[in-house]
Amino acid sequence: MWRGCPVPFAMYTVPKLTDYSAQALETAAADCVRACADEAAGVRNEAELKAFRDRWMGRKNGVLTQINDLWLKAAPKDAKREAGRRVNQIKAHVEDILLKAEFLRLELATGTPLRSGRVDISLPGIRRPIGAEHPVLRTSRELVAVFQKLGYSVADGPVVETDYYNFESLNFPPNHPARDTQDTLFIAGQQAKPPRERLLLRTHTSPVQIRTMEKMRPPIRIVIPGTVHRNDPPDASHSPMFYQIEGLAVDTNITFGDLKGTLDHAMKEFFGSRVKTSFRPSFFPFTEPSAEMFVSCFICGGSGKRGTDNAPCRPCKQTGWIEILGCGMVDPNVFEFVKDNGYDPKKVSGFAFGMGADRIALLKYGVDDLQLFFQGDVRFLRQFS
Amino acid sequence: MKISPQWIRDFVDLTVDNHRLAEDLTAVGIAVEAISGSGPDTVFEMEIGTNRPDAMNHYGVAREAAAIYDLLLKPIEPNVPPAKGDAKFSIQVEETRLCPRFTARIMRATSIKPSPDKTAHRLQLLDQRPINNAVDATNYVLWEMGKPTHVFDMDLLEGGKIVVRKARDGERLKTLDGVERKLTSEDLVVADAKQPIGLAGVMGGFETMITEKTKNILVESAWWDPGTVRKTSRRHGIHTEASHRFERGADFESTVLSCDRVTELILQSGGGDLIGDVIDVVSNRMDQAPVALHIAEVRRILGGKIVASEIYRILKKLGFGVIPAGEAEQEFTVHIPTWRLDVEREIDLIEEIARLHGYDKFDNTLPAFTGAVVDLPHAAVDTALRNRALALGYNEAVSLTFISRADAERFASASGEAPVLELENPLSEEASVMRTAMAPGMLDMLAWNLNRGSEGVRLFEMGRTYEMRGAEPSEPQRMCLGTTAAAVKSALPAAAVLDVSKDEQSGVAEAFRLFKGEVENLLAKFAGELAYDRQTAEYFHPGRSARALLDGTVVAQFGQIAEDVKAARKLRQEVFLAEIDLERLYTCGLRQVKFWPLAKYPAVERDFSFVFADAVEFEQIHRAVLNLRLDDLRSLDPVEIFRGGSIGAGKYSILLRATLQSSARTLRDEEVAQWSAKIVAALQGLGGVQRA
Ligand SMILES: [Zn+2]
Repeated sequence: MWRGCPVPFAMYTVPKLTDYSAQALETAAADCVRACADEAAGVRNEAELKAFRDRWMGRKNGVLTQINDLWLKAAPKDAKREAGRRVNQIKAHVEDILLKAEFLRLELATGTPLRSGRVDISLPGIRRPIGAEHPVLRTSRELVAVFQKLGYSVADGPVVETDYYNFESLNFPPNHPARDTQDTLFIAGQQAKPPRERLLLRTHTSPVQIRTMEKMRPPIRIVIPGTVHRNDPPDASHSPMFYQIEGLAVDTNITFGDLKGTLDHAMKEFFGSRVKTSFRPSFFPFTEPSAEMFVSCFICGGSGKRGTDNAPCRPCKQTGWIEILGCGMVDPNVFEFVKDNGYDPKKVSGFAFGMGADRIALLKYGVDDLQLFFQGDVRFLRQFS
Repeated sequence: MKISPQWIRDFVDLTVDNHRLAEDLTAVGIAVEAISGSGPDTVFEMEIGTNRPDAMNHYGVAREAAAIYDLLLKPIEPNVPPAKGDAKFSIQVEETRLCPRFTARIMRATSIKPSPDKTAHRLQLLDQRPINNAVDATNYVLWEMGKPTHVFDMDLLEGGKIVVRKARDGERLKTLDGVERKLTSEDLVVADAKQPIGLAGVMGGFETMITEKTKNILVESAWWDPGTVRKTSRRHGIHTEASHRFERGADFESTVLSCDRVTELILQSGGGDLIGDVIDVVSNRMDQAPVALHIAEVRRILGGKIVASEIYRILKKLGFGVIPAGEAEQEFTVHIPTWRLDVEREIDLIEEIARLHGYDKFDNTLPAFTGAVVDLPHAAVDTALRNRALALGYNEAVSLTFISRADAERFASASGEAPVLELENPLSEEASVMRTAMAPGMLDMLAWNLNRGSEGVRLFEMGRTYEMRGAEPSEPQRMCLGTTAAAVKSALPAAAVLDVSKDEQSGVAEAFRLFKGEVENLLAKFAGELAYDRQTAEYFHPGRSARALLDGTVVAQFGQIAEDVKAARKLRQEVFLAEIDLERLYTCGLRQVKFWPLAKYPAVERDFSFVFADAVEFEQIHRAVLNLRLDDLRSLDPVEIFRGGSIGAGKYSILLRATLQSSARTLRDEEVAQWSAKIVAALQGLGGVQRA
């Protein structure tokens, strides 16, 4: 019967309100907003838009004005506040509907999508440059954090050390062949001093072990990050300066199993829970038994081969294992130097370990040249941002 | 060091293949680093610790293998023919402490020729060049059992005797390498009746060496004091396979055995007669005290439950004498084999037990711990500064600790004229002094980037510098920021530009201001009032650098680098540096956050446009207005600066904005007008002329 003909507009008229309860106000407001939206949907051209605008927003007898008169002005005193709030809500809705209707008309007129707040989100964002942490220091901080969580305090000591702290108290007797392996850099003009007071650049962070045990009684757990120096000319795998992280735990019941367990836990925290550790006998004057710790290669997963073509894994030299650090039980001779501060080797035992943060960073990030760490080249550094 | 697994198989009947052997040796610390060759010619490249001279030979490695696999180790039993006649030769040891044992054998009518194939081949596998049957015999024995020996041409020894003595100052000896050496009284020598014929434990003499003419041979096998050998080897710069072993400690009880073995090999290959008995001068017997080993101590150190029978088995296989002491197998008396000079304490035995038991067989455990966890005292400050620098776009960099003498002089330590720390044995002239400041390293890094096409560079470094304070070295911590002009300019937001003049100077001023702001962003973390002056070091641009003082203490200097420094380092751009004295900042402490109630009443802004002479700086203007002590003056900010145009040379115009706000009430127009008039008067007092 009505087919083919538009549904005749049931034009909205503003009802008088008798019931000013919140419920009634809400219903009336909802009816009004719905009517407005329905009428807006019918707008097809400029003329209809103008008619729509006048009917709703007209100052003289527009729907909004009527609502103001019929609902707000007529409202009983105690309902004025709530009625006012509702009327303002309706106003905001109607304005919004009108705005949309206007954009819609524009779209119809031009045939292009609306600019209604739309931007090209594919354009590159404007970035403020953010600096990158140095990869070695970041590695060092991450490792230190692992040990902090295990109860280790951070300690440090001087880079310019005495022979006593760098060698003698670590059980490197004068003229011992083990000193030859350290390629020490010495400070000039020390000949007048007794040998043990002569200054040198510490070749490892281990002197801080003694310095800390002199200051603190057991039990102790410390982790020591810092720079060390060796007389090694710089090349792709050597540097006269590098970063070490040293650890020391001394208590009444520390065992070799504790050393292994602690380092195994730390490596799993750092490299991921899948890595395995393995310990091999080694020699350091200040630990006994001494060990080198290997982790299963975190690059090839321990298989020694990489990728689908089974290319040889270089970081682990195809062995599936990477040497990470040296460690061992603190040698009783070392405790003898601090015995008076509670370190009686018959009563306490402990373990120590030391690793190169540079080397670990090199492996972790696959960097092929140690020198890149010390050039400050922003093309390199920014990769770690 | 190279080892032939085939040679090891002479001493122990191994059932494993060479690869498995290499793995198992490595697991007990006799590390095989690489394997080359194949079959009987397989060679292991070994890495033996300096404490294990006993394992630097085939028999020693065989002993480890026998212990690993619980196999029998076959003894070395030289077959020496019966001796003829009497040697009529005397050995006289003057330095009995340095040469507690000297063993010798003499043979006659032997012939010198190439070694038998087997000997030559084995030496060649180890990269040893065969020379002749006598010399090769000593070499063979060195690689077989680790005991260095020496052979002399008997007929070239004067006076029918050997004397072990200190050299006389000025005495000379031509060593086997052909070098004429001047000896001192600190050198221990083997001499004949007349002169030195060998540097004890290091190298024999040239004049008495074996040649094809040699008929009669004296074999020496001695035990030398390790320290003396080491010193002599150092003094003369000679490192030999012999000195390597003697300075680490040879086997005292192997002198006769090694002497006999050399003799056997020479007589087998060259024929001849053995003359007389072995001459064995023992002046001082090595006394290795037995060590008490407690099972409880093994467990205290290693953890786990390693059993007494396992401990007993391991030590016995390695050649230790193990005798139960006390009751219930809780204690052993352990006698140390003479080849193990590295073992003298209970802990050394515990290491042997752990090593052969297998490190990986011990359970991983975590120790219990109670106690406080503390960070370094300055960790919070360092972290705050580092995070701010990163947020400002500076990349964290690390430069080397060494600088050149010239840079040390130019970039003197921040604390003034403190003496520098110089290296005794620097890597190079350019790296001979410990850095006194971080500026040289930073400038090098900036130059490095500019030379590689990176224009916008921002770097910072935190670390130590070095100087002497009195008699003690000191390591003050510093922070250094370095950036290129391009990086600074690109970061300047258009809305922040103050100086709108169209000249070059305005760009410079704005760049400086931006860099200053970055420094302020760092220093704002600290408690105290910031002030600035122009007393910067000479390597800064005199007009474009400043010192920052926090409550009167100098904490930083920053700004553009001086033209001559820029030129000397061939920097392709202007660069800015900030040197921050962390040592002093640490004493200031981080700023405590304090809450101020939010304003309830509106703020009023009043603008003042003035022309000043260039000599009047903002600091003076600011202070003049602050000195009015207007209670409700919240701030006085520069809004715009302009030079040129109608302003006239030597002057600039500045638009200032005063913000007035009361916390108690809304300000009245009259009082604002009154205060404005005071501000105008103060500015006029500085010679400013108000613009319409
Ligand atoms: Zn791998």
